[in-house]
Amino acid sequence: MEKETQVIDAEILNRTINRMAHEILERNKDTGNLVIVGIQTRGYYFAQRLSQKIKEIIGQDLPLGALDITLYRDDTSSGIKNPIVKKTDISFDIQDKKVILVDEVIFTGRTIRAALDALIDFGRPRGIQLAVMVDRGHRELPIKPDYVGKNVPTSLEEKIIVRFAELDGKDEIIIVRSEA
Amino acid sequence: MQLKSKDLLGLEYMSREEIELILETAKLFEEVSGRDIKKVPTLRGKTIINLFYEASTRTRTSFELAGKRLSGDMINIQVSSSSVTKGETLLDTGKTLEAMNADIVIIRHSSSGAPSLLSKHSGFSVINAGDGMHEHPTQALLDMFTISKKKKRIEGLKVVIVGDIFHSRVARSNIWGMKKLGAEITIVAPPTFLPREVEKMGVQVSYNLDESLKKADVIYLLRIQQERQKGGFLPSIREYSRLFGLNQERLSLAKKDVLVMHPGPINRGVEISPEVADGPLSLINEQVSSGVSVRMAVLYLLGTRK
Repeated sequence: MEKETQVIDAEILNRTINRMAHEILERNKDTGNLVIVGIQTRGYYFAQRLSQKIKEIIGQDLPLGALDITLYRDDTSSGIKNPIVKKTDISFDIQDKKVILVDEVIFTGRTIRAALDALIDFGRPRGIQLAVMVDRGHRELPIKPDYVGKNVPTSLEEKIIVRFAELDGKDEIIIVRSEA
Repeated sequence: MQLKSKDLLGLEYMSREEIELILETAKLFEEVSGRDIKKVPTLRGKTIINLFYEASTRTRTSFELAGKRLSGDMINIQVSSSSVTKGETLLDTGKTLEAMNADIVIIRHSSSGAPSLLSKHSGFSVINAGDGMHEHPTQALLDMFTISKKKKRIEGLKVVIVGDIFHSRVARSNIWGMKKLGAEITIVAPPTFLPREVEKMGVQVSYNLDESLKKADVIYLLRIQQERQKGGFLPSIREYSRLFGLNQERLSLAKKDVLVMHPGPINRGVEISPEVADGPLSLINEQVSSGVSVRMAVLYLLGTRK
């Protein structure tokens, strides 16, 4: 049996994204060289939301890209169960840009490690900042996000799911616990 | 979803879902080939061996590029300068490669079934890069990939395959693959070029190219394999060219958006006239570009398979 518990509802999720958009703009006064890259799949949905909020605030669109990290994973050689590659679409130059890298959950940090390698294959950005909706702990690599929506301490048996209306019909964050 | 087998030996026994998985994956690898740095680290540390017992330019180079773009260690074995000339058997060569911990072996061989034999006696993945008159699966996959890029589908398309079906592994793989994806296939050839009981493959047969062209969405021309024409299959190359060669005049009978394809190398003036080969409807060069993406997809799916 699996038990779901809601951590954040739609309204708070929306306010959190709003707050993070402001934090990003506070840290990066000059938005001229700012770009956003979301990690497939949910990180990209989150990135779209963030970029909408930023547009509402500053009245301009920032370049938005999608990054798939499957080809950069560190466990491909030992075999992965679902080797489905998704689309990478970065149609702008990231050379000398400040990149806001966006993912929905940070856990071991290995996805972000892969994303950093992937990004650097596209050019040499001025800097990369990391925005995540949920930090659930258990880092295995020395990686720390710059913007965090919510810290949710978890056990290894639990799963965190960030739901977006576009994908799942509603906005929320839940913890899934499997019960014996 | 992953591929069911550790090997890619042919399309005859592959499912539609597996073929679609390869084509979908190839679409994403096109993006990698379009980057400034055309390389991803996915197959780092994997040893991939090109073992070609027959001549090849595009298939071997294409596999080599695909493997390198995935960061695999690619080794080319020139059979003409290898121990095979000292009489080493295929299975002994296989054992040697296995002892060197090869992960994937890409083999081309003049005997039908050689890749299958190799795969049964070895632990590495075997990819068939053309075996005798049997199959050439990656060629058919890249052909289907090229068609679906242009037409956005394979289902329901009318494909006319012209030429030496009897000797052609390319035709066999394409017939198996395209049938699974729902294409309607007509083969056009002189009777000597038709395999026995060809209708059992689920294709229509015609001896009249002009009639068949009119309805076609894709015209697929096969190379007249001059090295295999010793058995009196044709009265003359010129006669073949007159009856079954595609020239501008004949092409004008076909639909305006028909796709003209050829696996290469082409015999200019035999199965295809130069102005058609270099003309706007010809996809010959796109087929080559697709080849790298499709082979990256195959290497990736087999190389990361659990």
